Amino acid sequence: MTWGSLDNFLAMGGYGLYVWGSYLVTFALIVTELILLARRKRNAIGRIR
Amino acid sequence: MNINWFKYSSPQTFFPLAGKLALWFGALALLACAVGLYLGFFVAPSDAQQGESYRIIFIHVPAAWMSMFLYVVMAFWAGLGLAFNTRLSGMMASAIAPTGALFTFIALWTGSLWGKPTWGTWWVWDARLTSELILLFLYFGFMALQAAIDDPRRADKAGALLALVGIVNVPIIYFSVKWWNTLHQGASVSLTKSPSMAATMLTAMLIMTFGFWFYCIAAVLLRARCIMLERERSSDWAGQYARAAV
Repeated sequence: MTWGSLDNFLAMGGYGLYVWGSYLVTFALIVTELILLARRKRNAIGRIR
Repeated sequence: MNINWFKYSSPQTFFPLAGKLALWFGALALLACAVGLYLGFFVAPSDAQQGESYRIIFIHVPAAWMSMFLYVVMAFWAGLGLAFNTRLSGMMASAIAPTGALFTFIALWTGSLWGKPTWGTWWVWDARLTSELILLFLYFGFMALQAAIDDPRRADKAGALLALVGIVNVPIIYFSVKWWNTLHQGASVSLTKSPSMAATMLTAMLIMTFGFWFYCIAAVLLRARCIMLERERSSDWAGQYARAAV
């Protein structure tokens, strides 16, 4: 699959909102989970000390 | 061969192993997702009927599979803890629930964004969508119930009961598209029939599935480590670890 240009890639044949809406939210949620995990570990260590 | 199978069944010995495994599975997840997304966006062709909107499949189907699979694994650990009263089992079940809920939400969210352009609606109350929504509420119920009980061992037992009762929902989700007439399509991948998708689409989807799987293992192990530190905070090993981690 060749997209030709970045605009074509972002447009996703007119479905950009749906495709990128899916991918961006998934990515943001996974990053959020990792941040929350790092914070939870820091707090757990803090309570032991 | 004399292997001590119970060596890693105590938090003290499992904690460092879980840290190492989480790192490796995290790296594997990153690699698999990079390859899967490359194949999905730059190798796989457009769909004849759906155009480019079908590319949501590369996260939708893996997330939906993970949502069900994680529930089964959670119920397995919960049941093991209930049967044998082992400390680590309950911690593993509690560690799985938030990641399971996350992937259930991702499956629902991406499904909704796929449904709008292909079905003309964000949501319908058909059997597949409704039973997947019930799965999300089961995860939330499990977490809320555990959070409401102060004693962790009693919270484990109560949660285990809920997890085991709720497992009837998993085959209902899986077979819903067969048992009822749903707007949601039937299974795209079957072990008994030849695949109905282009080979590159299927390959990208399966590699993404491994990527999500490895990520789930890493996230669950990281959370299990937090839970071990929280529950064993007065033990010697936790104290040593906390003092060493500056």
